[in-house]
Amino acid sequence: MTCAEMRNSLEAYADAELGAAELAEFEKHLRDCPACATDALQAMRAKRMVRAAGMRYAPSAEFQRRMQQQIAPKRWMPWVAIRMPQMVAAGIAVALLLVAATAWVGRVERERTLGEFADLHVAALASANPVDVVSTDRHTVKPWFAGKLPFSFNLPELQNSEFTLIGGRVAYFQHSAGAQLIYGLRKHEMSVFIFREQAGAIPFQVGSLNSTKLGMHLETWSDGGLRYCVIGDTPASDVHGLSELLRRAARS
Amino acid sequence: MPLLARLFNFAQWLAQDRSEAEDLVQETLMKALKGFDSFHQGTNFRAWIFRILRNTFLTSRAGLRAAAVSLDSDEEPSVEPVAGATPESILLAMADQETIARALEELPVAAREIILLCDVEEMSYQEIALTLAIPVGTVMSRLSRARKAMRGLLSDGQMRMAGRGASRGTLQ
Ligand SMILES: [Zn+2]
Repeated sequence: MTCAEMRNSLEAYADAELGAAELAEFEKHLRDCPACATDALQAMRAKRMVRAAGMRYAPSAEFQRRMQQQIAPKRWMPWVAIRMPQMVAAGIAVALLLVAATAWVGRVERERTLGEFADLHVAALASANPVDVVSTDRHTVKPWFAGKLPFSFNLPELQNSEFTLIGGRVAYFQHSAGAQLIYGLRKHEMSVFIFREQAGAIPFQVGSLNSTKLGMHLETWSDGGLRYCVIGDTPASDVHGLSELLRRAARS
Repeated sequence: MPLLARLFNFAQWLAQDRSEAEDLVQETLMKALKGFDSFHQGTNFRAWIFRILRNTFLTSRAGLRAAAVSLDSDEEPSVEPVAGATPESILLAMADQETIARALEELPVAAREIILLCDVEEMSYQEIALTLAIPVGTVMSRLSRARKAMRGLLSDGQMRMAGRGASRGTLQ
């Protein structure tokens, strides 16, 4: 792909609409071309900013109650139920779909969370200084964060694993400062994010997410008041492997 | 966020008025109940109900007014980006939610709705195509033009702000 072709696909990329083959080519170019990588990050950021600005109007509680009553089947006259049973079925269906946080909302929000961490991960790798403390030694990296973060954490011993610690930096997720650690595995980099748990900041408790579109895998969990996220373009099993090491380290 | 709140957000962006947005959502729900037969299980409920809302708006008085102001052509963008506006400067303008919101408000309805469906509702191009009843190819070109128009408004806004700053400077 040439840079000009990249620019034509930029929006589709930010909208996660590229097909697998095109996406692979696009991301290959991104890795080699800092100019296009910057453009791609900006397009993704712009989209997020529009999203934040566009979530502007909320219905009043009174209006929501009124609408819920209106579509709730129980309020209907009995004759409606007898003569138009399909109306009752429709009412139940519409009520469920509108008022409950339906599955697709969860999926979109999960994808957004994954996207935000993927952004942080890619942005760090694309920057001139991916890490602020460069060290393969956890005993150097961990104390570096002391005083920079309002919490502390344990990092795993890596001697008998394939992972190597590259370094760390302070990252921000939803206005709160946390640790970002970068690990290497074969030719890939993975990020580990550790933040103080904030209610509702991440719309799911424990889980792993895959985005074939972004080519990223993420695993997240909460432990001892901290929220952990491991993300990388490695297979899910590698993300899980590093997550396991971290979980064990946290308990030690 | 439940779908009801999302529908309301979209409605107020279209109507630019709270009570009109409430009327729109209410009418949409009534139509959805009555027309539920026309919704086929397994198809896209979200696209279906956003489409009802959008069509209800377009045939409302406010919608007809809005459509009259901007007869959306699929050929010409109504606002061109200012020459020399860099992506960085536009991004800077976008850092401010108020600035983005004002630009969205100023956009013609056809541009505003497609940006909202894509960026705020995070619909896929396929879902947007269903909602707006247009082919996917048209979704892509219309979206691209809408974003260009939005960048134009943002860079305009930046120039205006820069201009204001300069004139203040000479007064002091
Ligand atoms: Zn390039």
